[in-house]
Amino acid sequence: MIKRDLVIVGGGPAGMAAAVSAYENGVKDILLVERDQYLGGILNQCVHTGFGINYFKEILTGPEYADRFIEKVKNIPEIEVSLKSIVVSLMPDKIITFLKPGRLETIKAKAIIMATGCREKTREMVHIQGTRPAGIFSAGLAQKLINIEGLLPGKEIIVVGSGDIGLIMARRFTLEGAKVKAIIEIQKETRGLLRNMVQCVEDFNIPVYFNHKISRIYGKDRVEKVSVCKVDDNFNEISGSLFEIKCDTILMSVGLIPENELIEMAGVRIDGNKTSVPGIFMCGNCLKIYDLVDWVTQDSFLAGKLAATTIELLLKPGSHSNTMGAGLQ
Amino acid sequence: MMKRLTCIECPKGCRLLVDAQDGKVVKVTGHECPKGEKYAISEIENPVRILTSSVLGRELRLKMIPVRTDKPIPKSRIFDAMKEIKKVRLTRPLKAGDVVVENFLSLGVNLIATRKAE
Repeated sequence: MIKRDLVIVGGGPAGMAAAVSAYENGVKDILLVERDQYLGGILNQCVHTGFGINYFKEILTGPEYADRFIEKVKNIPEIEVSLKSIVVSLMPDKIITFLKPGRLETIKAKAIIMATGCREKTREMVHIQGTRPAGIFSAGLAQKLINIEGLLPGKEIIVVGSGDIGLIMARRFTLEGAKVKAIIEIQKETRGLLRNMVQCVEDFNIPVYFNHKISRIYGKDRVEKVSVCKVDDNFNEISGSLFEIKCDTILMSVGLIPENELIEMAGVRIDGNKTSVPGIFMCGNCLKIYDLVDWVTQDSFLAGKLAATTIELLLKPGSHSNTMGAGLQ
Repeated sequence: MMKRLTCIECPKGCRLLVDAQDGKVVKVTGHECPKGEKYAISEIENPVRILTSSVLGRELRLKMIPVRTDKPIPKSRIFDAMKEIKKVRLTRPLKAGDVVVENFLSLGVNLIATRKAE
């Protein structure tokens, strides 16, 4: 079995910051595992500005923020990057298995940092009734289709929820010539940043319905319309408030959940930046949902440092340690 | 005339109260930093935004290359700018920050790439 000092799972902002920090704190054998064909994670599809004002003291887009860390990582030979590599198992004894093009690789690490990010909540998680036609996307998926794939998923859009991604996608669809007919938010105010209400919604006169929810989705093959109602303080429908909006596409922007299947597989519990297993750490959106990448970077530096401390402890004279670096690819 | 604005310069989103007379800002309150005052003046007298989008690549590894204006452009020109962006085809490799279209729409700003495209 290949042995390595530190394996980091996820090459987004959290994983890259953890890798750089671990190196700067003395770790000289780092493997960064990323399932996509590029480093950068979700930042690559976040082409809007708003990144880096705290960390870089500049206003950057997502790809620019990612690019700065990608360059840093590339300039550190001690960080090996394995792209198109999907981790399939994590064991509490820090044995990690991943699939990369052509083979399965198993590694015993001294420390592991999980930086696997998060997923978007789906329609099923917010229990919207109706049919199951084509045309219902999570906002982040629509973002990927437009910004990475160059495809416009629809022309008449309803956004469910007013999280930042939903607001940003309302603007993005508008810029691309689609009509955003409404943003429907069950709460009485936005869950997103106020600046996004201004620059994404008010700038383009997009109607926002607070205290409203979608009561049903209609459409056989493709979304045809939704019915919308006003809700009371308990989110129950106020009778007589129902109205319909025609649309061909629904974007779900109803929150994010940490992606933690691997950590759960290993039977690991979470406690701050640490986990119940010494030497396994977490950082970024898989630990908690952040609204700014700058804070992800900051906290991930800490995770890298903690991992470095653990590895250093293992290397201290008197403590038994195996020869590292044998059989590296 | 008093006008309420929300500053968009950073994620704090300070609530600004702006006193404007004949389209000129007289006084701004509510800002926590100088950016807020600058924003309020611009927003009343000549509202501008940085425009971000993506352009089509040809024979590059990336199908879409993200771009932005390197400086803010007038809000009123955003849809003109989108029309121009749609016409752009990128055929040469470039780095983040490289100019895609110089003096974009004769606005004195450049359209720059925000991601490395090989």
